[in-house]
Parts: sequence; structure tokens; C-alpha cells
Amino acid sequence: MGEIALLSFLVFFPAFGAILLLVVRGLTANAAGGDTTEERIAYLSGLFISGATFVVSLIALAFFDPASSESFQLVEDFRWFGGVMNADGIVEGGIRYKMGVDGMSLLLVLLTTFLTPLCFIASWGSIKHRATEYVAAFLLLETLMLGVFCALDLMLFYVFFEGGLIPMFIIIGIWGGADRVYAAFKFFLYTLLGSLFMLIAVIIMYVQAGTTDIVALQAFDFGADIQIWLWLAFFASFAVKLPMWPVHTWLPDAHVQAPTAGSVILAGVLLKMGGYGFLRFSLPMFPDASQFFQPMVFALSVIAIVYASLVAFRQTDMKKLIAYSSVAHMGFVTLGIFSFTEVGIQGAIFQMISHGVISGALFLIVGVIYDRMHTREIAFYGGLVTKMPVYAAVFMLFTMANVGLPGTSGFVGEILTMVGGFQANTWAAAGAALGVIFSAVYMLTLYRRTVFGVMNNPKLDDIKDLNFSEIVIFIPLIIATILLGVFPALVFDITEGSVADILAMGFGQIGH
Amino acid sequence: MNWNEILSAAGPELFLVLAGLVGVVFGAILKEKAASVSFFGAAMVLLGAAAIAILQIDGGTAFNGLWESDRYSNLARAVAYICAAISLLLAEGYLRRERLIRFEYPVLVVFASLGMGIMLSANDLMTLYLGIETLGLSSYVLAAFHRDSARSSEAGLKYFVLGALASGLILYGASLVYGFTGSTNYDAIAQSDFSIGILFGLVLLITGLAFKVSAAPLHVWTPDVYEGAPTPVVAFFASAPKVAAMIVFATILFEAFGDATDQWQDVIVIISGASMLVGAFGALRQTNIKRLLAYSSIGNMGYALIAVAAGEQIGGPALLVYMAIYALSQIGIFGVVLAMRRRGGMVEDISELSGLSASMPWLAVCMTALIFSVAGIPPLGGFFGKLLVFQAGLEAGLLPLVIIAAIATVVSLGYYLRIIMVMWGGDKLAAFESVSGTITMTVTASALLVFPVFVVLIGWMMNVAGGSFAFG
Repeated sequence: MGEIALLSFLVFFPAFGAILLLVVRGLTANAAGGDTTEERIAYLSGLFISGATFVVSLIALAFFDPASSESFQLVEDFRWFGGVMNADGIVEGGIRYKMGVDGMSLLLVLLTTFLTPLCFIASWGSIKHRATEYVAAFLLLETLMLGVFCALDLMLFYVFFEGGLIPMFIIIGIWGGADRVYAAFKFFLYTLLGSLFMLIAVIIMYVQAGTTDIVALQAFDFGADIQIWLWLAFFASFAVKLPMWPVHTWLPDAHVQAPTAGSVILAGVLLKMGGYGFLRFSLPMFPDASQFFQPMVFALSVIAIVYASLVAFRQTDMKKLIAYSSVAHMGFVTLGIFSFTEVGIQGAIFQMISHGVISGALFLIVGVIYDRMHTREIAFYGGLVTKMPVYAAVFMLFTMANVGLPGTSGFVGEILTMVGGFQANTWAAAGAALGVIFSAVYMLTLYRRTVFGVMNNPKLDDIKDLNFSEIVIFIPLIIATILLGVFPALVFDITEGSVADILAMGFGQIGH
Repeated sequence: MNWNEILSAAGPELFLVLAGLVGVVFGAILKEKAASVSFFGAAMVLLGAAAIAILQIDGGTAFNGLWESDRYSNLARAVAYICAAISLLLAEGYLRRERLIRFEYPVLVVFASLGMGIMLSANDLMTLYLGIETLGLSSYVLAAFHRDSARSSEAGLKYFVLGALASGLILYGASLVYGFTGSTNYDAIAQSDFSIGILFGLVLLITGLAFKVSAAPLHVWTPDVYEGAPTPVVAFFASAPKVAAMIVFATILFEAFGDATDQWQDVIVIISGASMLVGAFGALRQTNIKRLLAYSSIGNMGYALIAVAAGEQIGGPALLVYMAIYALSQIGIFGVVLAMRRRGGMVEDISELSGLSASMPWLAVCMTALIFSVAGIPPLGGFFGKLLVFQAGLEAGLLPLVIIAAIATVVSLGYYLRIIMVMWGGDKLAAFESVSGTITMTVTASALLVFPVFVVLIGWMMNVAGGSFAFG
């Protein structure tokens, strides 16, 4: 407090930009210029706004002190509603507008602000229909995603968490593929059903503790019996969002129908909200229940890793294959989180960041050839390396990263989560290791069938290699993947404090 | 007779009576010449009554305890009067186009509002009945206002027959309660010993009131009346009387039967759960937007009844905030329905909203906010109403009911999302014909209330609604 409201500015700047954009567009609707001008203005402003947001998030990073003893920094705290007035006329408890970040959330904030501008570059030229609304929807989504990671009040978190459904629903529903309406409905209703159980749990916690301040709730001791139910309610929401097997079925549909940029955000950021939720709420607030359910989560994680990998192998649609690969990779995240070890949780956070970059890149890679050929059938392609050498190289890098080759960020996340899992349960780690092999099978098969071989399809004769703007998109992603792969301490230094805090709350006896 | 007392307790209603009577006289003299003006005049009168209610917010007791107004009822009254006033402003343009513009319309709305005021200040079953009938009789005529239309007449008749039955039930229940307690006064009823006879009377009262708020299983009239009655009349029905009837429903249970909460709580829980499910599943197959909104309102009354079931201390403020947000967003939604005008007439099929976001973007943005708000999705105002209601339910230990509410919410999203998808994803149709400035302003104001005004002011609203109990 006392400083400028940096986080509020960061969170609401994109939404403010979106509103401004819509208003300006509304006022100049009949002006000359046509769709091309509109598109250019929309994407340029989108890039500018999201780029500025990225800069602001870097400033937040600069202000953040990983060595500080405070777990949450850049805190803003105002009364919102509810609460009881004490004798001094000061309202205690209640639902507050409280923002703040620790290492873990700050990294997810950076991931969000990093991916959003790339989405605009990727969509420029491919989404021409109603570009202003498209950009505005993404900017609103960015605000809501940032809010999720910055909120330090459970109800505020819920508002952002749930509110994110609206722009994503509209993005899939308007700019999606042929079956977009079905996919959008499935996405919305699945997620909402899970979230409403969480809402009930949040209210019960509020009734019991009298506050929804996350820091206070983490210190509050919920009884062992009620913890089980609260944990399950939160699990219903986060498991759908993550997604875990068997509630993952909305994800392949949503990914296939969403436009490329929508898939990038969906895989890159929205899925991470599930893992973030486990780490921020389930573990610190319900430690007993988390330990009680550890075997179940491990079983579901291993099933997700193995089953999703096998399903991915059988896919004929490239996006669906990557969607299932996301489910498998999220299995590693839950494995690491529920190992309750420092290395496992560090690995899970790292895996979330790394997967955000890699899966985002893979969806963009699919988007590149989809924009050219308007199909994602694997069988349609083959021998792309002859016409698109640069593309083949980029694709190769991210294939390897997704498989978890040492030197890429994918390796660090998988190995650490497995080490954590191994300390907690040998069999779970062994099952997960199987998934690493499978991921090599389906990713390398995908790569071989699309990039190598003979180019038999005459329609591919004119296919062009990456253009300038596409290279611009991939460069930061490549840098991030390699940098995190060879120098993972960049992440660990920042998240160390948050992981120690999580383990200190109820897992002191297990942590290191 | 102490005039000061009467004025402070019944000021808004006295004002409405006077204004209504003056309106009748002027209408009889000027006939249709002054019809248009009378709409604005009546709207101003209603806003004035709302202002009086706010200025004398602490109310008082009058007419030997037959009449009692307090902060709670005054707030409800202000919301109801404001909704009624806006519905009048919306009605004027519609009725002029349909050549239905008559001075009786605003006078009827004023008298219907008077009925709401009487209901809300009732501290006696007789006063309650007078209020219900004043509102009911005006409403029946309003429903049949388009008297050359078979559908409108049918709606009016259906509403009248069923409404008369419900009034009869209330009267019968009141007489049973009187027979067993020896009094019709709420305070006296609250003090008398509870007996099986009172229980019978109470159940009959609840049945009649459930009809008035269109809660399941007494909801069947709602879709037909919504569909048949002229749209501005429905805009009125959907907002102001709903607030009044729901608050009265709660007040009588809280004040007259507050000690017997465990006797009536189960009944309320059942009709609440049934309403939510009927509202959610009934609307899924509707294609007419007015019928769909009718089912949506049944469902929303179910949510509101959770707060009623939670009891006075916990549920009271939540109910008032919920109903205020609900009513003010309904006005906006019906503003959009009133804008649906093509080929020289009203169109009511959901598919007519197709591509609204391209043809009339602002209307579509507002409608999207309003629909998501009614559906209870954050960060919109309706979510906070639902949150308070859920919280009240959970504090009162009604977890199963809240779980039903959560499931009903998901199911109801099935049709709310359909409306959104039609507006944003459907093929672009031509813009609606001649949307008046009043409609645009109403829809805009309503959407702005839903987001961001209510969201920022929710703490203040809760204080105002909750503070009423300190005085009540």
C-alpha cells in the first residue's frame, strides 16, 4: 500500500483498452476505410495495448523482491462488501478487493502478458471478420486472466475465474470452426458446473471464517470433516479446468473449434488456472484433505498421462493430437503438485510455464499450415520440409520440447515432477515415466508424417514457408523454451518463496 | 386521527391515490388528447412517490396498526415504483404505434402501484388483501389491454380466473388464521400460540402468494400471460409487482409467522426447488422470447425463495438486493424485446435477434450483459444477487436447496447462451425498425446498473438493505 496501484493498473489496462477500442469503432462505424483499415487499426491497437501490458508486467517483476520475507507483494486492499463492523467502526472480514502477487502468480501473469501480443500477431491476416470485436474479446479475456492470478481474495478470484468464460465462449462461438456452437456450449457448461460447486464451497468457507481473504483463509483451520467436502468442491472446478481425466472431454472439442489464438490462450493460460487453484487453495487451505486424496489424484494423473498419450497417438486431426498431449502434460502438473515435495511443486510450476510456451507454440505451428491449406488432417500433409525448411526446423524444436528433450524447458518440468512423484509414490512415477515414452511416440509420428516423407499431395506444391510476421512470433517462443531449458533457475529463484510457503502450511513435516 | 403519523407512514400511497383520481378526472374530460402527456405525468408521479418513500424511509405506523411501513418496505416500494415508472415510459411509444394509447393505461399502472404500496405496508391480513386485490384488478385489465387481440384477451381472462382463485385462497387462509388467533393483525398473530388450524391457514396463504409471485407449481399462468399480454405490460408485470409480491411474501412469513419458521420452511424449500427446476427445464424448448423470459422469471423466483426460506435475519437483506437487481435488469431486457420490431409489427421469435451484434452492436452488448447477469455469471450484478441468496441459504443450512440452485443455474445457461449465440453468431438481419430513444436509454441504463454500478455499490446496497433490520 502507499505505492501506485500497479497491479490494478496491470489487470484493468487491457479491459480499458478494449472498451476504448469498441467505443472508437462505434463512433466511426460509418467512416470510410472499409474492413482492411478496420482490421489494421484493431490489431495495431491490440498489439499496442497488450504490449504495454507486457511492459507493465515487467515493471511489476522489477518491483518484486524474491528475497523478501513477505509472501505477497504489491498488495492493494480495499473493502468491497460484507464483513462486520467492530467497536472502532472498522469493518473486519467480509469480501475485499485485494490484489497481490507472489512468485508463482507473478510468473503466470508474465506468461499471460507474454502470450497475448503473440496471439494478435498470429491472428492478423487470418481473422478478418469483425476484427475489432475479436481484439476486444481477447483484451477482456486478458484482464480476467490477469485478475485470476492477482486476486488475493477468494471471491474476487472467483469473479475473475468465472468471468473468463464469457469472452472465451464468444471467441470460440463466433470465430471458431464449423462445429463452434457445440464446442462453445460444452466448454461453458462443463466449466460452469464444476465452478458452481466451488462457489458453494467458497460461500461455506466465508460463512465459517467470516472472510474471503486468501491469506487469512490459508491460516484458518477448517475441520477435517468439512475439508474433505470443500476439497472435493474445489477439485470439481479445477479438475475440469486443468483438465484431468475423465472430465477432459470438453478440451479437444474446444481446441479443435477455437481459432488458433484461442487455442493458444486456452492451452497456454486457461488450463494453468486449474493448477494454480490447486497450489493456491487446495493445498494450503485443506492440507489434511489433500493428503487424504493424494492416491486418487495420483491415479487420475497417471491415467491421464498414459491414456491421453495413447489417445493422442490415434488422432488424425493435428489440433486434437496436441489437445490430448496437453491433457497428458497436465497430468505431470498434478503429479508434481500432489507429491507435496519442494522439488515436485517447483517442477509443477515450471511445467505449467513451460507447457504454456510449448503448447502455445505448437498450436501456432498448426495454425500456420491451417491458414495456408484450411485443413488440419495429418494425412493431408507430408514432405513439408522440402517446401518449408524454416517451418520444419521450428516444428522440430517444439516437437522435441514437447517430448521433453534435455536442453528444452519441457525436460526440466517433466523430470522434476517425476522426481517429486517418485519420492511420494514410486508406482505413480513409474506410470508417468511411461507417458514420457508415449509422448515421444506420438509427437515424432506426427512430425514424421507431416514434415518428412515424400510430398504426394499436389495441393501442397505452392505452400509457402514462414513469412516475416510468423517468424517474429516464433522467435520469442524459441528463446523462452531454450532459455528456460538451460537456465531453469530463472523460474526457481522466483517461485522458491511461494513453494516454501505452501509447504509450510500443513506440510511442514513433509517438506524439506 | 394523527395526520403527521399517517403522512409519514402512508405518504407515497396518499400521493398516488390523489394523483390517480386527478388522472381519472382529467382523462374523462380531455379524453385521448392528453393521453401521451398522461404517460409522462404518471411516470413522474410514480417517481415522486418513490422519492417520498426514500425521504420518509423510516416510515411509521398508522390506522391503528393496520398499516406499518419501515425501511425495508420503503426500499422495496421505491424499487417497485421506479420500475413501474420506467415501464410506463417504455409503454408510451409502443401503444402509440399500436393505436392503443389511452389515458386509462397510466391510471391503471398508478393504481396497480398503489396496490403494491398497500401490500408492502400491510400489518394486517385485511390490508394485505386490499392491496393484493387493488394490484390484481388493475393487472387483469392491463393484461387484456389490447382488447381487439384474442391473445391479449385470453391472457387477461386466464390471469383473472386464476388470480381470483388465488385471491380466494388467500382470503380463506386469512379467515382460518383469524378464526384460530382471533386477530388479523400480524403482531397479534405472531404472539398467539401456533396450532394446526393456523397451519392450514398459513398453507393457504402461501399457496395464494406463490401464485402471485408465479412460483411452481402455481406458475402455469405465467408463460401464457407473458406471451399474450402486450409487451410493455409484461415489462411491468415482470418487474414491479414481482418485487412487491416477493417482499410481501417474505414479510408476512417473517413478521406474522416468524416463530413458526420450521413449520413453513419446508414448504418454501419445496416450492423454491420446484420453481428453479421448472424455470430451468421449461425454458429449454421455448422459441418465443416472451415465453422464455416467463420461465426464466419462474426460475428466478425460485432463487429468491431461497432467501425467504433462510428466514428474516439472514435472508431479508439478500432478498431485497436480489429482487432489486433482478427487477431493474428485467426492465432492460424487456426494453430490448420492445425494440424487436420488424415488418411493421412486433416479432417475438428468438431467431429474430440473429446477428444483432452486427446490426445494432450497442443493443447487443447491453443485452449480453443483461442476459449474463440474469443467468448469474460474474462479474455482472446478477451474480452478486445470487451470491447473497446462496450465502443466506447456506447460513440457514439449506445446502441441498443451494445445490439444486447450482444445477438449475447450469441448465438455465443452456437457453441463456442460446440467446447470446444467436445475437453474436447468427446471420445478420436488418436492424430493427425505429428503435426509440427511450428504449435505448432504458436498456443502456439498465445494463450500466448491472455492470459496473451494482458491482461497485454492492457493499452499500447490502448496508442499506441490511440496515433496515436495525429499525424494522
